[in-house]
Amino acid sequence: MAHTGAQASAHGAHDIKAHVRTYFMIFGALLVLTVVTVAVSYLHLPHTEAVIVALIIATLKASLVAMFFMHLKGERRMIYWALYLTAAFFVLLFALPLWTEGDHIVGTTPNRWSAGMEAPKTPEHSPAPH
Amino acid sequence: MDIPYTIETRPDTGLTNPKLGIWLFLASEVMLFGSLFSAYVLLRSGAESWPVQSTILNIPLATLNTIILISSSVTMVLSWAALKMNDFPGFRKYMGLTFLLALGFLVVKGFEYNSKFEHGLFPSTNNFIGIYFVLTGLHGLHVIGGMIVNGYLWGPGARMWKTEPEKFTNRVEVAGLYWHFVDLVWIFLFPILYLL
Amino acid sequence: MEHVSTVGHKAPHAHAHAHAEPGFLWKYVFSVDHKVIGIQYTVTSLLFLFFGFSLMMVMRWQLAYPGQPIPLIGQWLGVANAPGGIMLPEFYNQLGAMHGTIMVFLGVVPLAVGGFGNYVMPLQIGAPDMAFPRLNMASYWLYFAGGVVMLASFLAPGGAANSGWTSYTPLSDIATTGQTMWLGGMLCLILSSLLGSVNFITTIVQLRAPGLTWFRLPFFVWAQFITAFLLLLAFPALQAAAFLQAADRLLGTSFFLPSGLVVSGQPLHVAGGGNPLLWQHLFWFLAHPEVYVLILPAMGIVAEILANNTRKPLWGYKLMVGSAVFLGFMSFLVWAHHMFLTGMGTSISAFFQTTTMIISIPSVVILSALFLSLYGGSIRYNTPMLFALAFLPMFGIGGLTGLPLGLASADIPLHDTYYVIGHFHYVVAPGTIFALLGGIYYWYPKATGRMMNETLGKIHFIGSFICINLVFMPMFVQGLAGVNRRLYDGGMQYAHAKDVLYLNEWMSFGAWGLGFFQLFFIVNFFLSLKAGRRAEANPWNATTLDFAATSSPPIAHGNFATVPHVYRDPYEYSVPGASVDFIPQNAERA
Repeated sequence: MAHTGAQASAHGAHDIKAHVRTYFMIFGALLVLTVVTVAVSYLHLPHTEAVIVALIIATLKASLVAMFFMHLKGERRMIYWALYLTAAFFVLLFALPLWTEGDHIVGTTPNRWSAGMEAPKTPEHSPAPH
Repeated sequence: MDIPYTIETRPDTGLTNPKLGIWLFLASEVMLFGSLFSAYVLLRSGAESWPVQSTILNIPLATLNTIILISSSVTMVLSWAALKMNDFPGFRKYMGLTFLLALGFLVVKGFEYNSKFEHGLFPSTNNFIGIYFVLTGLHGLHVIGGMIVNGYLWGPGARMWKTEPEKFTNRVEVAGLYWHFVDLVWIFLFPILYLL
Repeated sequence: MEHVSTVGHKAPHAHAHAHAEPGFLWKYVFSVDHKVIGIQYTVTSLLFLFFGFSLMMVMRWQLAYPGQPIPLIGQWLGVANAPGGIMLPEFYNQLGAMHGTIMVFLGVVPLAVGGFGNYVMPLQIGAPDMAFPRLNMASYWLYFAGGVVMLASFLAPGGAANSGWTSYTPLSDIATTGQTMWLGGMLCLILSSLLGSVNFITTIVQLRAPGLTWFRLPFFVWAQFITAFLLLLAFPALQAAAFLQAADRLLGTSFFLPSGLVVSGQPLHVAGGGNPLLWQHLFWFLAHPEVYVLILPAMGIVAEILANNTRKPLWGYKLMVGSAVFLGFMSFLVWAHHMFLTGMGTSISAFFQTTTMIISIPSVVILSALFLSLYGGSIRYNTPMLFALAFLPMFGIGGLTGLPLGLASADIPLHDTYYVIGHFHYVVAPGTIFALLGGIYYWYPKATGRMMNETLGKIHFIGSFICINLVFMPMFVQGLAGVNRRLYDGGMQYAHAKDVLYLNEWMSFGAWGLGFFQLFFIVNFFLSLKAGRRAEANPWNATTLDFAATSSPPIAHGNFATVPHVYRDPYEYSVPGASVDFIPQNAERA
């Protein structure tokens, strides 16, 4: 199975050069988005808005890395399915504990022991949007 | 004994074994860091009080680290691209850069941690500092792991380029996928811990 | 156990380069051959199973005769554990926590997945080995290391972990025992499992023999495939939790420690603000899919044995596959049914109760399909078949008794009672473990080239069946009477328990009897290696590819003389018009 290093055909090498240009463009985009996300934080938006904006920018950056650096764009179906499944369980791992902790029986809360401490009168509400 | 589809792709799935394997491993890593992020959200939402994160952590240093890591992702993918273009010296250059950038990331992290300790901020101080150290610590361990793999591929592992160049290129690609994931985690860690 | 193939190497890659025969260490100890690794997993996990079982046998003395000195071994347990041979409550808790941990994580799963999965699955898909043989070897040795750490924890100051196999916080955070070693051991085991899952999934996707499409896969392979996904995506949650608990114990963090916690009259000097339920969420996010990891490979084994010994195809193969996939997916959605009594509100309780009821459906479908597979069969009552047949009603009892536990309101009186212990043991012990034992009898000839003795096997079966029901059936009675679990004296101090306490003695005799009957298995296992009737490649006249490989396939030389090509479905038994009552999957013509 001895291949020489020239297994990339001339056509393939040309493809790669185009990819290299893309990599630098994505690099630029990522730098810009980094600056944006830091700048937005100095605006001191209200908490919920700040979270949403930060996560949107982070997701955008992550998508660029995944799609282009990790070659997810145009990857095989098997990989996509594994990732969809993972994404579904990831969401559940977030959503269900939060829902559970937000839906406590009135007067109970796990973060404070009862001895000598007052439990809040209303159930805890998580800051995440429902 | 040769295992089929280690280098050539299997026709119906279009994948090589290592490509599928690393994505599956990354899926489990998504669940690992996801669990820790979920823990962070639960702890913060249930806490009586939570410090203003940006006053405790050093945003400029972390921004620098973000740029360092993103750059290392670019150099990593360029090192693979170099191999695809049969440019071994180019691979050496970019992989070496990736390693150095990663080292730089750890050095900055070291300064950060040290400054926390000097101000009397330890994991036991409160849950925010605790989860900060656990999340960035585990991420740091993953950086070190990546550096070991990348260092091996730059050094002794590069011998494979002469005997099995295609297999070596695939190895670099797989190592790259892991490395980009490490970058991805930081892309989320940075705003969540430092900016919000 | 090594057997050089006499047919000669025609597999294309077999002689790509001349290689010297590997030395003893590389061939049998640090082997990368899936068959050797499968046998290593099998032997190691059987040892752990017997050790974990022995812990329980000691516990059952205390339950039958609380406060009485333990005979024979009492004197050797040490003053810290059992002064005067009388078990201390702390020691009882150690035995309990370690029994659970060892049985689940060091015994059953390594046997079901590491043992059977590793040995049988590549053979059944016609592969030369796993996709990543060296990773496979690493998985085994990580498991071994985790096991050593777990066993060593008995020697830690304060003894082994004693906060339950579930290690609930805040107790486990502050326990002055080998709990940290428990966490370290778990981290080794989890890593072993994750690497193994990557290997299993990649192997099944990529290394199926030509012609082996997805719906021609034996059900056993589907079961292993789904199980691997469960392990891959659920274990990281416990990994994260273990890191957090280790931080609490070692770095003084308070992830699981609420504010204002008072221990032995002294307030705990920690920052506080943590959430003990966070541990439960992360733990059960793993541990619920884990129970499907415990049952799916067993269902796979039973399916293979049943099809083979009824001489007819499985009823509803596609339905079974679909149900197993659905079961795997749903298993991630039900975990908080273990937490109904933690102060959960009504809407979230309703959610988890609903998903739990839904998940019972695919289980019932699979069990029903297995039952229906018997109808019209030409049944052979050999030892593997006896275990597989017993699995059906035993798993049925286990599953049905789970239903009241899955309903939030019915769970209120039953949670944390012996009813729960009865429920899950029925599923795992006369359920999964019976299936695994049947699997050993079934695949032993393939691995060793010899048959196990039928008489000893049948005695093993009958004795185990009777004793195991004697141990676990009374637990439902005790649980319904309100006897709590994890009570070191079996409920002696509670008035509401007094009418059912007499059952403790019966259950203990059942347990000791069960231990006795395993001797027949152990003797059989070793004796047959040397004196068992020699077995040819396909002693059961099976259709699946594992029995197309030679008897005791050679180590490190590939499994098949030529790469098999698959032409048929997995269970072509008693095909009308065929000359024999089975057609192997790789047979082109009947």
